[in-house]
Amino acid sequence: MADLPESCDVLIVGGGPAGLAAAARLKRLGVGAVHLLERESETGGIPRHCAHSPYGLREFGRLMSGPAFARRLTAATVAAGAYLHRQATVTALHPGGRVSLTTPEGVAEVTARAVLLATGVRETPRAPRLVGGTRPGGVLNTGALQGLVHLDGLKPFDRPLIVGTEPVAFSALLTCRQAGMRPVAMVEPAARITARAPFRAVPLALGVPVWLGTALVAIHGTERVEAVTLAAGGTCREVSVDGVVFTGGFRPENALLRASHLAVDPGTRGPQVDQYGRCSDPAYFAAGNLLRAVETAGWCWAEGRAVGRAIVAHLAGRLPPREAAQAVTVEGAGLAWVLPQRIAPPGGPPAALPRLQVRAAKVFDGDLLLGGRRHRLVARPERRMTFDLPGFGETAIRLQPR
Amino acid sequence: MPDMPHGSARFDAAVVGAGIVGCAIARRLTLLGARVAVLEKAPDILDGASKANSAILHTGFDAPVGSLEAACIREGHREYLEIRERLNLPLDRAGALVLAWTEAEEARLPELIAQSRQNGVADVEMFGRKELLDLEPALAPHVRAGFRVPRESLIDPWSAPHAYLLQALGNGATLLRDCTVTGGGFDGAEWRLETSRGPLRAGLVVNAAGLHGDRVDEMLLGTCDFRIRPRKGQFVVFDKTAARLACHILLPVPGEKTKGIVVCRTVWGNLLVGPTAEEQKDRETAALVPATLAMLRAKGAEILPALAGEEITALYAGLRPATERKEYRIRAHEGRRMITVGGIRSTGMSAALGIAVHVARLAEGLGLAPAPLVDPAWPRIENLSDGAERDWQRPGNGGILCHCELVTRREVAAALQGPLAPQTLAGLKRRTRVTMGRCQGFYCSAGLAECTKGRLAHPMVGEGDG
Repeated sequence: MADLPESCDVLIVGGGPAGLAAAARLKRLGVGAVHLLERESETGGIPRHCAHSPYGLREFGRLMSGPAFARRLTAATVAAGAYLHRQATVTALHPGGRVSLTTPEGVAEVTARAVLLATGVRETPRAPRLVGGTRPGGVLNTGALQGLVHLDGLKPFDRPLIVGTEPVAFSALLTCRQAGMRPVAMVEPAARITARAPFRAVPLALGVPVWLGTALVAIHGTERVEAVTLAAGGTCREVSVDGVVFTGGFRPENALLRASHLAVDPGTRGPQVDQYGRCSDPAYFAAGNLLRAVETAGWCWAEGRAVGRAIVAHLAGRLPPREAAQAVTVEGAGLAWVLPQRIAPPGGPPAALPRLQVRAAKVFDGDLLLGGRRHRLVARPERRMTFDLPGFGETAIRLQPR
Repeated sequence: MPDMPHGSARFDAAVVGAGIVGCAIARRLTLLGARVAVLEKAPDILDGASKANSAILHTGFDAPVGSLEAACIREGHREYLEIRERLNLPLDRAGALVLAWTEAEEARLPELIAQSRQNGVADVEMFGRKELLDLEPALAPHVRAGFRVPRESLIDPWSAPHAYLLQALGNGATLLRDCTVTGGGFDGAEWRLETSRGPLRAGLVVNAAGLHGDRVDEMLLGTCDFRIRPRKGQFVVFDKTAARLACHILLPVPGEKTKGIVVCRTVWGNLLVGPTAEEQKDRETAALVPATLAMLRAKGAEILPALAGEEITALYAGLRPATERKEYRIRAHEGRRMITVGGIRSTGMSAALGIAVHVARLAEGLGLAPAPLVDPAWPRIENLSDGAERDWQRPGNGGILCHCELVTRREVAAALQGPLAPQTLAGLKRRTRVTMGRCQGFYCSAGLAECTKGRLAHPMVGEGDG
């Protein structure tokens, strides 16, 4: 591994699928010094501890586990000639591509011609959910559960409750079963599961009940979780469990971003970017789930590659000026966010974010008017929706409920 | 942890309870040359009332005039400033603003200012609405008036007692954890205490048992002149990006019983809102209540409207050892060589060092002959506050373990050693801040489990706070 230089062509913050894909792409397109900073001791990101899910079909043409996918991505990036630095934590972003960081050797600064932010996502922990009761041990997110099980070989509990029904909840369920735990139930406050219907087969096959219309109200126990209070249909009941897994509620890992000079989009909580993934300071780009929560590892990988290509155009001075970009404006309530939030003028290379991604704030039934076209829309908050990018000068979106 | 001394072990003083008050008393008596044992029933110190507070070093401006509490806060504040650099303890001189939001509250400001002056806090300044909004631009515009108490400050509520006790231990004191006092008797010359870890003898007993203070008195003296009425306080902690919203500690006009709900930064750079004041019977469990937490969040946004868009990082709740009366219940029992330090409610952290001086005086009255240490050791504690030089900035730190709070592997390894090594994950968190940040262990639980493997008597399974 090369020493960390004081300056380089491209610096990538985050070694998950998006960051690794971008690094490899940049090298293959002939960029000189590409350095990637990963704060963990291994690159690969969240797939590192997702031992079961199907990965790799699109990227490597075969089905593989998360850890295998993470290793394969890492190897491909090293082979392409990018430098990976592990245990390197970025502590501040400064204007113009200057970045402060710390490693086991102490603090350092690197200035790059372009910086790619690819810091990913995390799940909503217990606190923001305002769950009551005591604060015993044995309350985890899926990320921590899978880390303990797959990286440390630990079994943190035997009979946990799984909270939530996004796809990641089923991943947590599989992890529990692989490690010999018997989840007591999955609970979901809504009347149906959040993930698409086929996921329902997973708990069915494993004999784990799914309690819909049920909310977790309180956690009990002193040292370890002993029970939970669940509310359903206006009544509460206590159920004996020895752990709680809070799943999903993904949010961009945006701590660095929020402490920086870069504009943050209040909808996505990620950086405000144009169709090249370019931030409000044009020395910074972003890709992967930092842009929005949450997409698959494969999606992030593709996004990293595409933004990598845009960075090559940036280094060659071929991107249209960022300051001339127009805001994508949404008239009428109903959308949680749009991505990208800016459209740079025409004349540049193809967009790195080729589609306008949109997410509904709540169930929406109506029309979306974009660039003179009317799209019939029946939207649910957790579903991916994409449209053609609006043209420059046509960046207003109008929502008409039915 | 040192083994339980044999039954013949005799101490000059046994301090029952290792909360912040017990730690400060142990330090003071040790510095006066006494051989001190600290008996803590929990696996770690600070496991009762001291684990949850608002981390403000008060001036005592609003304490009852002429009270022991006011004197102890004044002396405690003074000594904290005097010793903090030698112990490497943080201090954020934020200053407080006491804010009036209604006409009735505004009418009470002159009386509060007069009280402050009577308490020796004369440097208060009155402000009108416009001046307040200049000082604190994020404040809700319907604020009416207020006054500033410049010396109200923020400290680390855990590093301070750790440092006090470490200094006691470094100068010969003994800490016994998992050590419940189960009985005892005074034979006219000394105490013989029965504990869950065996008997010991002590020339003097100091009851600093906090939420169990009345029970310890009853057990050892057969009577107690107060009753503990646990008062629960719930807190909401916002992410570090929220800290910019308040320069000062924002206090309400205090009510009859409590200081009311405070909005302030923490020395680690978060912003907290709390506490509530809820009477309950249970002395062990401080449960979080969703509706109350939502109320606190709304209350915070009422004071600082921009708080509505900020993320919550953590929630906590604690119990304060209130009694049926407002004042401290500190008393020397003549002829029994015992001192009771009871009813130290919400100002205990500010007053602890002052209480310790007062207790030392009472101890001398009971015959403890002081022979102050000539050149005591001054251990330096890790300063974890925002803006202090931290281990991640130094070479050889082993890499970051907890990314949100920038806690290094070397810091965790160091915390797991020494005379005050934690036995629980909660204890490790208080010493290092590991997993206390916004992700609450999403990223670092696996690494933390690996680092602490075999090192905690009560091993971690997750993000438990105890």
